[in-house]
Amino acid sequence: MAMHPVRKQRLVFVCFIIVFSTIAVGLLAYSLRENIDLFYPPSKIVAGEAPIDKQIRAGGCVIPGTIVRYENSLKKSFRVTDGAAQLQVSTEAILPDLFGEGESVVLTGKLNGDGEFVATKVFAKHDENYMPPEVADSMKGQVDHAKTCEGLDYGS
Amino acid sequence: MVPELGHFALILALIFSLLIAVFPLYGTYTNNVMLMRSAHSLSIGLIVFVSVSFIALVYSFVQDDFTVEYVANTSNKILPLHYKLTATWGGHEGSLLLWIFCLCIWLFAVSLFARSLPLVIRTRVLSVMALATAGIILFTLLSSNPFLRLLPGPPPDGRDLNPLLQDIGFIIHPPLLYIGYSGLVVPFAFAITALLSGHLDSAWARWSRPWTNVGWAFLTLGMGMGSWWAYYELGWGFWWGWDPTENNVLIPWLTATALVHSLAVTEKRGLFKTWTILLAITTYCLVLFGTFITRSGIVNSVHAFANDPERGAYLLAYIVIIAAGSFLLYALRAPTVASLSRFKPSSRETFMLLNNVLLTVVMATVLLGTLYPMLADYMNWGKVSVGAPYFNFFWVLFTIPLTLLMAISALTQWKQTSPGIFKKYLTPSLLISLIVGGIFPFFYGEKYHLGGALTVAVTVWIFAVSFSALLKQTRNAPSFFAGVKQQPLSFYSMLVAHLGVGLLVLSAGLTSIYSDERNIILLPGQEKPLFGYSWGFDGVREFVKDNYSAQEGTIYVVRDGERVATLNPQKRFYMSGAMVTTEAAIEGNLWRDLYVSLGEAAEPKSAGGWIITVYVKPFIGVLWISMLLIAGGGFMALWDKRYRSRVAGSVKTSSTNTVQGAIG
Repeated sequence: MAMHPVRKQRLVFVCFIIVFSTIAVGLLAYSLRENIDLFYPPSKIVAGEAPIDKQIRAGGCVIPGTIVRYENSLKKSFRVTDGAAQLQVSTEAILPDLFGEGESVVLTGKLNGDGEFVATKVFAKHDENYMPPEVADSMKGQVDHAKTCEGLDYGS
Repeated sequence: MVPELGHFALILALIFSLLIAVFPLYGTYTNNVMLMRSAHSLSIGLIVFVSVSFIALVYSFVQDDFTVEYVANTSNKILPLHYKLTATWGGHEGSLLLWIFCLCIWLFAVSLFARSLPLVIRTRVLSVMALATAGIILFTLLSSNPFLRLLPGPPPDGRDLNPLLQDIGFIIHPPLLYIGYSGLVVPFAFAITALLSGHLDSAWARWSRPWTNVGWAFLTLGMGMGSWWAYYELGWGFWWGWDPTENNVLIPWLTATALVHSLAVTEKRGLFKTWTILLAITTYCLVLFGTFITRSGIVNSVHAFANDPERGAYLLAYIVIIAAGSFLLYALRAPTVASLSRFKPSSRETFMLLNNVLLTVVMATVLLGTLYPMLADYMNWGKVSVGAPYFNFFWVLFTIPLTLLMAISALTQWKQTSPGIFKKYLTPSLLISLIVGGIFPFFYGEKYHLGGALTVAVTVWIFAVSFSALLKQTRNAPSFFAGVKQQPLSFYSMLVAHLGVGLLVLSAGLTSIYSDERNIILLPGQEKPLFGYSWGFDGVREFVKDNYSAQEGTIYVVRDGERVATLNPQKRFYMSGAMVTTEAAIEGNLWRDLYVSLGEAAEPKSAGGWIITVYVKPFIGVLWISMLLIAGGGFMALWDKRYRSRVAGSVKTSSTNTVQGAIG
């Protein structure tokens, strides 16, 4: 029996939608898995929970007195903490304007075999009252007010 | 006194908006013409009181009234006057007031210019808009009142407008964006009206279309302006960063773009009616949802406002009411309308359908990428961020077929297009685009880049097919130029917008592929060759201006022994809050921008060297023009004859409406 033309058109349309959306969902799942960067606080990285040589994000408060700028080089290094552990960071990226001692940062980069985090991007807060939520969260329980790095005891 | 006046005026505005939402709407159901007509006079009251409220806030800024908490937080005594004026929308509270102001302008504009609409329809549209506005005013008054006093002991100076916002871009970008954002409430109101009235016919689409086009065009401008501003102000050299806040504008823009097209089908062919309604509702809900995401602070974004969760809760409640209400109405009313016409796969309808499907899919991928970090956090999958490669991959994957089909759609006809037309007009375009695209990388760039070839091929395709469409339209005219004159303005507005998309593809593609970027150390008097130019440094000088002190570098760029640019990037230290900003220096033409920004002084400091980021960005100038063209297409459509002569036409259509409405 010949199909009613309207029904046929509708069937073709529904098939098209199903095929198209299946491909789209498959691609989405694959692409998301490949392109997400997990955040690890320093204590987890030091404890060896973070993968080596894979792009991840890290962050914390920059420990005063640890910032080193190398001569005639783009390289800079510093240490960050979440109040529990310290992570050595080096980078050749431009440091943002609000980067400084005792300020919070979020880093994108890779952990090398020596336990040093090599950052390709360094983000600082863009407002005096703002702290990246990841950093704030990882500090809960370590400091009374997780709004800024001010309340942090750097163990000095 | 003035802030209290502003506060009081805002409360009155709330009352007026609620009155418009209730009584004229009631009038449409009881056939009370007087009540219906009251919508117009009430809307005058609304716009007056909102203006008073807005001006009161601006006045408080100009007067440095730091007893007002919001002024104390977003302004400073030494801020230059033009930034004091615009600091009005420099924070959460004031930007909400700007949004309300824009909403009321749209409401008043509908009341003023939509006089040819049947009274019942116009009244209901106004009532729905007023209800949406009332929700935002209530939210502002309850949780984000900009007029609250800071007593006792107001600060003498104020904290300052965030220095990143002290820029010409900040004067223009937010108003444009909010006009566009709030403009999308008009198609929403038309959609709700259509559902309330059961008038889902082509007349409805024709009334809604010009408003949708203009709102969409403003949103395009606002987005383009924001992109331009981020490009030169943030000093990172990129024009789109897939930041959640950027995505939150892009997402409703994509559905609004789909809406602009599906409205055309609904008007011309009476098809996709319920889908059009759904798009209009979804677009406005996405606008609200995007606002919720930025204002509640649940995502990490460069735009994040200082937040508190209470605001998020209010906004969420408002969104749930609007969304649940409109989708419920949609569920109850929409199925009664069935589309009767049929169309062939070669028809323009098919192309519009594909356009809508692709735009919706792109929108869904952006939405998913934006929400995924929140979802992962909520589900305890860890703290993640979705990188730009994800977005870029899908963007490229879907925009290629989208733009290729977009060009062909200009050749198609409603119902069906004869295969001969495709063959005759597409073959030359295909050849030209393949040849030009294929040879372009031989002449441009160091290595043959397939992406460059693809970008150019797609752009040439869009231009060639658009020109073919013009040839096709004029084929029966006595001469080409006579035919060109005969075409309706709506045809050209479509071509302009589509050519804008072509230029957007060209510039976005080539900029992403061929841009160069590197951090280098330059010592005073030193010249370094890089990216085909020679970059010389004359050191850094210091000076004080207005409310900041600055370090300004002088970098000169030499090509083939000739100086092509002298660039003065700055580091600014704002006196009010010890905040530092980087001001990039750009020398640009259409083909390439030379872009430098200062990093920091290099060690050893005694040598006077600086770390400098150098960018060479080809074709980025074309990007800003493309945005203007796309928006321009939307504005041009407004001058089309059939909107100007609608007064005569509306009498006829309104009578057919009543008949159809009675049947529906």
